[in-house]
Amino acid sequence: MSLEIDNEVISKQYKPFISSILWFSILALTLVFIALRGKAPWLIDFPEEWVLPIVLVLNSFMDRIVEFSGEFFRGMSAALEIPMSAIRSLLSWLPWSVSFFILVSISFAASGWKLAVFTAVGVSYILGVGLWIETMNSLALVAVSVPLAVLIGFLIGTAGFLYPRAERAINLTLDALQTIPAFAYLLPILLLFGFGVVVGLIAGVLYAFPPMVRNTLLGLRRVPEEVIESGLMSGATEMQLFFKVRVPSAARQILLGVNQATLAAFSMVVIASIIGGSSDIGWEVLSEMRKARFGESLVAGIVIALMAMIMDRITAGFANRKPADDNFADKPFLIRHNYLLITVLGAVIIYIVSLMYPALQSWPKAFVFDLSGPLNDAIDYVIIEYANWIVLIKKWAFFYLMLPIKMGLEQVISPYSWGFQFTMPLKLAYGATALILVILAWLRGRQSSSVMIGLLTIILFFGLTRMPWPAILLVMTFLSWQLSGPKLALTVLAGLAYLLLSGIWPEALLSVYLCGIGVALSFAIGCSLGILASEFNAISRFLRPINDTLQTIPLFVLLIPFVMIFKIGEFTALLAIMAYAIVPATRYSEHGLRNVSHEAIEAAECMGCTRWQLLMRVKIPMALPEMMLGLNQTIMFGISMLVIAALVGTSGLGQMVYIGLGDGDFGVGMSAGVGMAVIAIIADRMTTAWSKKYEENIGGKIN
Amino acid sequence: MPNRNNNDIKLSCRNVWKIYGGSPTKYFDKKKLFINSDTLNVVKKLRDDGAIPAAVDVSFDVHEGEIFVIMGLSGSGKSTMVRCLSRLVEPSHGEILLGGEDLLKKSKSELIDIRRHKMGMVFQSFGLLPHLTVAENISFPLRLQGLSNKEKREKTSRVIELVGLEGRENSFPRQLSGGQQQRIGIARSLAVEPELWFLDEPFSALDPLIRRQMQDEFLRIQSSLKKSIVFITHDFLEALRIADRMMIMRDGMVVQIGTPAELIANPVDDYVAEFTRDVPLMRVLFAKDVMDDNIEVEENMQGVQSCDSVEDILAQLSKNTKGVVVFDDGKAIGVVTPKSVVCALSRNAEKVTTELPPNEVV
Repeated sequence: MSLEIDNEVISKQYKPFISSILWFSILALTLVFIALRGKAPWLIDFPEEWVLPIVLVLNSFMDRIVEFSGEFFRGMSAALEIPMSAIRSLLSWLPWSVSFFILVSISFAASGWKLAVFTAVGVSYILGVGLWIETMNSLALVAVSVPLAVLIGFLIGTAGFLYPRAERAINLTLDALQTIPAFAYLLPILLLFGFGVVVGLIAGVLYAFPPMVRNTLLGLRRVPEEVIESGLMSGATEMQLFFKVRVPSAARQILLGVNQATLAAFSMVVIASIIGGSSDIGWEVLSEMRKARFGESLVAGIVIALMAMIMDRITAGFANRKPADDNFADKPFLIRHNYLLITVLGAVIIYIVSLMYPALQSWPKAFVFDLSGPLNDAIDYVIIEYANWIVLIKKWAFFYLMLPIKMGLEQVISPYSWGFQFTMPLKLAYGATALILVILAWLRGRQSSSVMIGLLTIILFFGLTRMPWPAILLVMTFLSWQLSGPKLALTVLAGLAYLLLSGIWPEALLSVYLCGIGVALSFAIGCSLGILASEFNAISRFLRPINDTLQTIPLFVLLIPFVMIFKIGEFTALLAIMAYAIVPATRYSEHGLRNVSHEAIEAAECMGCTRWQLLMRVKIPMALPEMMLGLNQTIMFGISMLVIAALVGTSGLGQMVYIGLGDGDFGVGMSAGVGMAVIAIIADRMTTAWSKKYEENIGGKIN
Repeated sequence: MPNRNNNDIKLSCRNVWKIYGGSPTKYFDKKKLFINSDTLNVVKKLRDDGAIPAAVDVSFDVHEGEIFVIMGLSGSGKSTMVRCLSRLVEPSHGEILLGGEDLLKKSKSELIDIRRHKMGMVFQSFGLLPHLTVAENISFPLRLQGLSNKEKREKTSRVIELVGLEGRENSFPRQLSGGQQQRIGIARSLAVEPELWFLDEPFSALDPLIRRQMQDEFLRIQSSLKKSIVFITHDFLEALRIADRMMIMRDGMVVQIGTPAELIANPVDDYVAEFTRDVPLMRVLFAKDVMDDNIEVEENMQGVQSCDSVEDILAQLSKNTKGVVVFDDGKAIGVVTPKSVVCALSRNAEKVTTELPPNEVV
């Protein structure tokens, strides 16, 4: 017995030692691979003969489906066209004054006069810039796709709740639907359903129902056990228990699902207009952007942002609405339903009035203001006035950050870029410094930092995209093994094998490079903001609305300001990725830091911690698991922005998806889309495993 | 309570087992017990199998109109037990006889019917529906039965009055304090006029002062309704205060069943004795527990009630050193003398102090 324990102790003591020996052998092997690249180029470029014909298989598979069931899908498309065009014509037929009034009074009912004012201002802007019809067309798409998505999502969520066996399958499907970029499944929809507005509708439904499923499941499952038991003890049958106890108790979560579904549907509807678009607001933004008319594009982009915010606040308002006051239920019908009555009555009255005054029917041309002119002037002014700065920032980012990681210092340093030659002595000095750092870290007992430094200096020298693929396989597999075990290692290996064998490895590396920089920067900046926000309430109050806005507005609106100033290119894409991915990093770190248990903080204060010590030694270590969740979300956000960023010219998987869509090549688009999902899933599993391991090390969840 | 006979047994629990995990069918099916060795060995075997025995061979009776308290610390299986009684948790083995019929043999729809009409339950964290008002929560079981609005209103307002929630009918649960919320829970459980009333740690989530108040309230309600009650608590003093009889559980097993006085006078083992240690005996022992029935009743003696606490009769006793007569239902049943009081108290004190130390060493 005692012998066993001794063995265990010994193996625990030597484990880090053994693992770092293994790590250094992997690093050495990587260097050997790189040294051999001249003789064996296949170590860098995965040989084409080994690539499996995944694209062809996907294409012929899709052809088959279109051949056999095309009729069915086109029939469905036609069926959906009916309610779609009905709502579309209804919304365009309604006088603007009536719609205005209805929207404002719904806002008031949802959350009060503040939102009503916001909605009134927002709708006035839309009217004022003359994009009313386009907005109504997009709204029609949302109005049809959201109810469909909510219904489907609720049914599937309920099924998952009732049959735990189905749940696994449901979760996998949802993961796939939410990680494969939306563009990738626009194409099959296009092939199956044909062109037209229905494409946007179906894409909207497909994109919007997963959050509904998740929230339904979550809500139903979170109903407290005692509430269920009290229902049972009241003698509820199974049906009664479900509809009278579970669903109403879960109502808030389910309504949050509706909120998320609405936003998802809207952002998809906007994106879908890239292909099926006709005179809706997404199309407006995109076509103007393509013509390099940024002012016009921004004007329309603001409309999208406003719509998204209004829809978000209204649905969230209904989800969080509290029953009015005491004795509300006692009041007569007219008072209990006053909002509804006033809305209907008011709408009818305004309609009748509008029959007499045509200005209330369609917004008079004289009141349309062209904001794009002044906007364009302002942009031009900024670009010309600050031209030097803009060029300088771009150049710095390129030469000192992006290119070294992409291609390696070995290739980037030249008299043109850095102002000097990367001579042999310099290279040797670089290598020696790296080695000294590695050894120093090792001697101070920080084995993992030592390995990390070694790995990073190698990547920085040779460039991420010039890394030998066997080395990447080794590093990733071994790392995931250490994080969680053989199961994760196999998953990661399988994912990487897919990227290699489907022939999208180079594009995948480009995506990882761009996304990696974006995520690293976003995480660093986001965490700093989160720390500041958790320490200073004023900063928190300042950041919250900005974060809300960044998270609510559809992704590609975010591109516009950056494109205007920095033109198209990878740097612009990077900025757009960061603008979006900073949000979760900030949110999670603030939330994690603020939720560190008060007892721990008080205990630390009693021991005489300074504010700084408290932050560094108590709060951050304890909030780390939650901050890691933030990193996980940052990565997911970054990857989802990658496809949108392809619109401004990147060269990675995102671009491939976009090309596939443009050429109608299902195989190319889909294999790249799946590739992005693979990267997302690997990143997700590995960060989750890391945070789990950390949590176990510090002895379970502390908070 | 004295003079019980088997005719007034309301609920009877016979050899009930509940085992989580493992494969309990190896040991018993619904009818048969495949066990030859004694319970302790079976429990050990089950644990080795990775199963968790939450209720082990539990048997007890609840009489008509009685408050039966199940007391135990967390993890003792008391909550599992009360859930077995209503089949919120399906027992692995045993019989639960309600009015002589085995509850475990009832079909689903029969069970729903029984729950609708014969049982009421109060929960520790209240188990209220957040989207319904006070009145709607209380009438919820009635609504499930499909009663008419008039009937619902009548029954609801009756129990609302009973628990003193008049005027708050249309508030929502979250607008009320914890004590008030539990009143809703109590009212809801009584709305269907159940014969059996289960209370699962109903006052544990409340502040001490409110708890005391609610206990009084509970006793007041019970004195007028005379339900058959199973009351779960982890608080020994609460148990002593309200129990007619009580059962102490530990690790799923019954340690001792008896009236509070019996438990205090004769704790079956150190575990029970440990609970009784800090009990203020003068407050929990009653006149009937400390009287001497061998002394003749004299003409001019003053009288006390059998359920007056020792503390309450001390003043009278100090003036009447010969003793006071104990009356139960108007009948003299014995005499309390200063000597009998001292004997009763010191006997208990002796038990607690002399028996514990040697055992603690083991």
